Amino acid sequence: MSPSERLAARETDALSIRSVGMSFGSLSVLDGVSFGVAPGETLGLVGPNGAGKTTLLDIVAGARRCDGGQVLLSGRDVTRLAADRRCRLGLARTFQVPRPFGDLTVFENALVGAVRGAGLRGRAAYDDVRGALVLTDLLAVANAPASSLRLLDRKRLELARALAMRPRVLLLDEIAGGLTDPETAALVGTVRRVRDGGTAIVWVEHVLRALTQVATRLVCLSAGRVLAEGAPGEVLADLGVRAAYFGRSVL
Amino acid sequence: MTAGTGGGAVTAGTAAEGRFAVRRWSRTASVAAAGSVVAVAALAGVPYYAGTSAEQPLVTLFCLVALASLWNLMAGFAGLTSFGQQAYLGAGAYALYAAASMGLDPFAAIPLAAAAAGVLSLPVSFAVLRLSGGHFAVATWVLAEILRLAVTLAPSAGGNTGVSLPGVSGYDALLRQALTYWWALAVAVCSVAGVYALARSRFGLDARAVHSDPVAAASAGVAVGRTRRWAYCLSAFGTGAVGAVLFANTLYTQPGSVFGVQHSVAMMFMVVIGGIGTIEGPILGALVFFALQQALSGYGPWYLVLLGAAGIAITLFAPRGLWGSLAAPRGWSLFPIGHHISGTS
Ligand SMILES: Nc1ncnc2c1ncn2[C@@H]1O[C@H](COP(=O)(O)OP(=O)(O)OP(=O)(O)O)[C@@H](O)[C@H]1O
Ligand SMILES: [Mg+2]
Repeated sequence: MSPSERLAARETDALSIRSVGMSFGSLSVLDGVSFGVAPGETLGLVGPNGAGKTTLLDIVAGARRCDGGQVLLSGRDVTRLAADRRCRLGLARTFQVPRPFGDLTVFENALVGAVRGAGLRGRAAYDDVRGALVLTDLLAVANAPASSLRLLDRKRLELARALAMRPRVLLLDEIAGGLTDPETAALVGTVRRVRDGGTAIVWVEHVLRALTQVATRLVCLSAGRVLAEGAPGEVLADLGVRAAYFGRSVL
Repeated sequence: MTAGTGGGAVTAGTAAEGRFAVRRWSRTASVAAAGSVVAVAALAGVPYYAGTSAEQPLVTLFCLVALASLWNLMAGFAGLTSFGQQAYLGAGAYALYAAASMGLDPFAAIPLAAAAAGVLSLPVSFAVLRLSGGHFAVATWVLAEILRLAVTLAPSAGGNTGVSLPGVSGYDALLRQALTYWWALAVAVCSVAGVYALARSRFGLDARAVHSDPVAAASAGVAVGRTRRWAYCLSAFGTGAVGAVLFANTLYTQPGSVFGVQHSVAMMFMVVIGGIGTIEGPILGALVFFALQQALSGYGPWYLVLLGAAGIAITLFAPRGLWGSLAAPRGWSLFPIGHHISGTS
């Protein structure tokens, strides 16, 4: 990164994404997407199905390469870094379609995050995992093989593994779907707590009533471009106007 | 930064719980470990109180136990199903030949032969680990075949006719066979104990995660490539030691047999029927394979048919292998590798 580019990045941002582009063959999925997230900030990422939200998280996490643009963690260019290196720099993510380590127990799933992601050992790692399992309400099934979990618990396990990494940047991909009201409230409480610990969060979510309880800023992605960005109220009002104008909802 | 998982958060809302504890060991594990030490000590005495007639089959059995455990390290824990481990059997054997030809004592040179196989596996790993699944399996097999051809075409390595082990004429036959026996026992014990220790370590956790889901493992901070490389190269190192011991045992080696794919088939058979991804499974699998070999060797070509039938029956009726099907439902574990937590209710 050149000195001028370094200046252009908001020094304080834990994560910044700069004009990221990506296409699957001739299909452009992301085009010039840019935004930043400060420590302790929660950015809600919304948009219709197929907008490119998950693809963007994949690129930020290093699971996919972008064709253009940059990803910076605390000002450091990680665009060419492998996923595991980014994780050890403090980045954690959940998968929209859960990817548990099926042969490992629930406890061991989160332990991988604590040991490799957070770099903890022994008792400190165990306590960290316990905390993550308590927060995600999984302690009772800690000894069960992850392959035996139902979908909702698999989603919880995604969050538990990510929390056990003690991330500075956390990417969440649709973790609130299918929850009851009390469960949603508990989840919102958990995300707030993580945010209050100083973690920068990008939360992709269709359940807006959960998202708007935590997010202080929304980015709306549509067909791979940033359609609107700003305070949740403004963005949603803006999208509502557009929906009325175009005769269909963009979310 | 605590990200909300620090001490304060941990106790909130969990007042009803018992004491939280992580158990990785048990009384059974202590008994199994003590029993193993006694068994190994008793086996180490075999050359004193039993004859070479007892040594010969045990050398074979020890080598099988080592090969199964080493293949399990790679395939069972790290998820690398190789069909080319015979490359390192051969590498170990021919490295021992080279060392003995240069005047080194063959028995002292066994660790060198193992190291040679390990060193060879490093550049090979960079080529084959780019592939996965079936492609990886075929690539490892092809590499073993290339090595076999290279040895066949090299007159200095005896070509197709093979070579005899130099430097053993000075040994009394009884002593030579006892030394071979002890080496085979040592290689088996080191393989099993080494894989056991690795499986319990952070490396073992990494390997099991990589096996389950490499993409998720990378996103959780596991260095996927490095984990696979260690598993592959350590397995090759141990397999090289077995190759050298087998050469010292038969005093003769030939590319056509030492580089044969039947060795990989046997390794897979033992691990799969015994119980993949456990410490007990490959040992049990080696015992079963050895017993079948002894019992069926009189049946000529039927031997292979019966062996195949036994393998199919076990994979159909006990898909987790004999040990897995027996132990997992009952919670048995002689050599525990996992984490069991208590204080959650
Ligand atoms: N592996 C792939 N190959 C080709 N196209 C893909 C691939 N993965 C995703 N796409 C396409 O990329 C676009 C963006 O997909 P993405 O999963 O990022 O959307 P999303 O915003 O996460 O949607 P949702 O809200 O449904 O999760 C879609 O049009 C999808 O069809
Ligand atoms: Mg998505």
